Amino acid sequence: MTARNALFALIPALIATPGFAQSQSGVSEFTLDNGMQVLVRPDHRAPVVVSQVWYRVGSSYEGRGQTGLSHLFEHMMFKGTEAYPEGRFSEIISREGGRENAFTGRDFSAYFEVMAADRLPIALELEADRMANLQINEDALATERQVVLEERRLRTDDRPEGRFGERYAAIAHPATGYAHPIIGWADDIRQFDVADLEGWYQQWYTPANATLVVAGDVDPQAVHALAQQWFGDIPSRDVPAVYDAESLSPPGERRLTYRDAQTQVAQLRMGYSVPSLATAQAASDPYALLMLASVLDGGEGARLAEEMVRGSEVAAAAGAGYNPMTRLDSEFSLFAVPSDGDVGAVESALRAQIQRLQDELISDEALERARSQLLADHLFELDSVFYQAMQIGMLESTGAGWETLDAFEQNIRALTAEDLQAAAQRYLRAEQLTVGVMLPEQSGDGA
Amino acid sequence: MRTGIMAAGIMAWASVSASAGGAMEADIQQWQTNNGAKVLFVARHELPIVDVQMAFDAGSARDGDSAGLARLTNHLLLDGTSALDAGEIARQFERYGARVSTNSGRDTAEVSLRALSEAARLDPVITNLADALADARFPTDAVERVRQQMRLGLEQAQSSPSDLAERAFAQGIYGDHPYASPPSGTLDSVPQLEREAVVAFHQRHYTASNATIAIVGDLEAPRAKAIAEQLSSKLPTGKALPELPEVRLPTSAQTIRVPFQAEQTHVLIGQPSVRRGDETYYPLYMANHMLGGSGLTSILAERMREERGLSYSSGSRITTGARRGRFQMSTQVRNDALAEALDVMRGSFVELRDEGPNAERLEASRRNITGSFPLQLDSNRDLLGYVSSIGFHNLPHDYLAQFIARIEAMQATQVTGALNAQLNPAQMITVLVGPEATINAVD
Repeated sequence: MTARNALFALIPALIATPGFAQSQSGVSEFTLDNGMQVLVRPDHRAPVVVSQVWYRVGSSYEGRGQTGLSHLFEHMMFKGTEAYPEGRFSEIISREGGRENAFTGRDFSAYFEVMAADRLPIALELEADRMANLQINEDALATERQVVLEERRLRTDDRPEGRFGERYAAIAHPATGYAHPIIGWADDIRQFDVADLEGWYQQWYTPANATLVVAGDVDPQAVHALAQQWFGDIPSRDVPAVYDAESLSPPGERRLTYRDAQTQVAQLRMGYSVPSLATAQAASDPYALLMLASVLDGGEGARLAEEMVRGSEVAAAAGAGYNPMTRLDSEFSLFAVPSDGDVGAVESALRAQIQRLQDELISDEALERARSQLLADHLFELDSVFYQAMQIGMLESTGAGWETLDAFEQNIRALTAEDLQAAAQRYLRAEQLTVGVMLPEQSGDGA
Repeated sequence: MRTGIMAAGIMAWASVSASAGGAMEADIQQWQTNNGAKVLFVARHELPIVDVQMAFDAGSARDGDSAGLARLTNHLLLDGTSALDAGEIARQFERYGARVSTNSGRDTAEVSLRALSEAARLDPVITNLADALADARFPTDAVERVRQQMRLGLEQAQSSPSDLAERAFAQGIYGDHPYASPPSGTLDSVPQLEREAVVAFHQRHYTASNATIAIVGDLEAPRAKAIAEQLSSKLPTGKALPELPEVRLPTSAQTIRVPFQAEQTHVLIGQPSVRRGDETYYPLYMANHMLGGSGLTSILAERMREERGLSYSSGSRITTGARRGRFQMSTQVRNDALAEALDVMRGSFVELRDEGPNAERLEASRRNITGSFPLQLDSNRDLLGYVSSIGFHNLPHDYLAQFIARIEAMQATQVTGALNAQLNPAQMITVLVGPEATINAVD
């Protein structure tokens, strides 16, 4: 894997790795006069700093005709300014012993550097420069469009799982900004011109729509002063209102049967539309959903592995997950690979698992195990300074707020078996469900 | 998911890392357990966590005629004892919040544990791990199940052009050497792997004299010593394994074509590199860093991506092992641009080999490698991998510092000399995975 522009989504939703930092997050918050937010998380274990600039814009902000614009724009952010022409940014960071890259998600576009802690000013100067002075020209766009189309072929067009995933999302998130791929539909990518990209830059790349997250061997006051020095003079502009289409509620149960000429192994995905930290009406609901995912798939000893992969052996693999860090409603996700191609059997088994969560109280032992795992994982995540910054950035750009970190342990500990049963009954309902099946072309109907 | 059936994360870079550099290297303590397992320990008290990794000389290089046997054995390590079944073993870790995983490659097979350091949570999971390893019984139904999972994984890999390319490349560069054998086995070999073979493989390879135990985290040396004894004392002492054969270099350049219907062709070009401990590794590392190992600033990324828009991801890497590792350039390009891409990739390598790096690029590369020194070991997890590798390959405790010192002193002539001595386009293997008409139209 080289370089910049990791597309970011889906995977966190499929694997049960919910993230948060710690109960006392130790975050300092500042706001510059132009509206830019600065969040600092000191961690003095090593003389290293992670600097990330997050913009609240991503693929969910795009309409049809615009899909992929956030991601293509993110590539263009490396194309240079008057002061630092194309290539200079990466060259300087590299010569200073650093790494840099960027990623686009459904709800954010983020740019980062990892460096020895004393090199932080270099990263901030370069990020401030491209926040205000980016140059976009025809030739660079033409080249980068080709790069993005190659990226699309690599990730999606030439992979059965990629082709399936795009089709699944299109029906799992009807009418919302999560229905189209982060990288965009190919026909949209082909038709963007310089004016489209400049418009996106003007609209979203303004201090009041940005958050600087710095984690590592730094002092919060010193970072505040540096942020003021480099970003403070960038003129403020209003952030446009965000238009989000109202989702259909309830959308009704939906089903995708996709036959792929190249896939060799049948797969099943199931997803319930559920609230996120940002959209939940009851603050405890996202934590209940995290616990439910852990009861099903907290490890090799949890229910799906115990009963579907061992036990009945109906599945060669099975999993559940829930990503609470989304701006719009999220998904409680299940997947399975049937051990002998019988997709119908794994679908029945997963539905029975959901039914059981609704019908039966979870035992004290299983509840304690799920709780221990979530709290331990939450602590283990502190080992990565980069991930600490990621969590803060994701929580801020999805609207949950970094303060969520401080409430994690308390919220997990407060949940009872009755709470989890109630959440399962309330949210894991057929009218919120999407079932997606990918089958080899020559097989039976599998359902 | 141990079986790797669902694709893993995209965040390869998320393990960004570093540490207090040199200070830490002096902190490695090393000893042997009573029955001969090697132990390396580093105390890290900032977080209340402990990481343990046991590495065995039990990778696929030891598969013999049974491709996939090492992987199957490794996957089954925690799947049953005389007292507990797989689920019971797993729940004994999970109730204390511990995470345990198994992993295997060509040289090593590992089992890794991450746990909270509080004694009430650490002690029971160490006991559980020690018991599971000492009394692994490989139940028949578990063997059957994991074999089926591996078979499905192999079937699914047939629809992945990158997997197809990797298999063909390893076969192409390693020929009849054990490194040619794919760690995940083949569709022919896996169904034939029997429980008896697993048991025999386990007895021979998962022994104390064949183990390296790395421990990093919030504990003191006496506690680390007790943990290492507990984990190893019930392992058989075992015998040293025979050395792997030397890798024979390909005698001529060859292009291997694997037909696959897709919009892009996947390309791998390269050959065996050098073994760990070979002095030419350092100049080769630097050559690779300039050519394709340093992200967007490398020669291949500049020429393939930034200048021509031919690919999203173009680069190169160099690895070492107990025997020769690999040097490999890789890209994926739209089918109509394949010939141009091959010219750029091969031409860039030949240019670097024949003309050497220009002074500016050499200096930029040197500054990146030495300046990123603090980023290398900044998490306990990175440190664990580093320490484990030092132990397994018998490297000096200040390996990283020595590495940096060699890069500091590197001359352009050394880089060119090493390239000419070790890497030769006349013996490189090219693998092309793409539509038949596309891959047949180029050399």
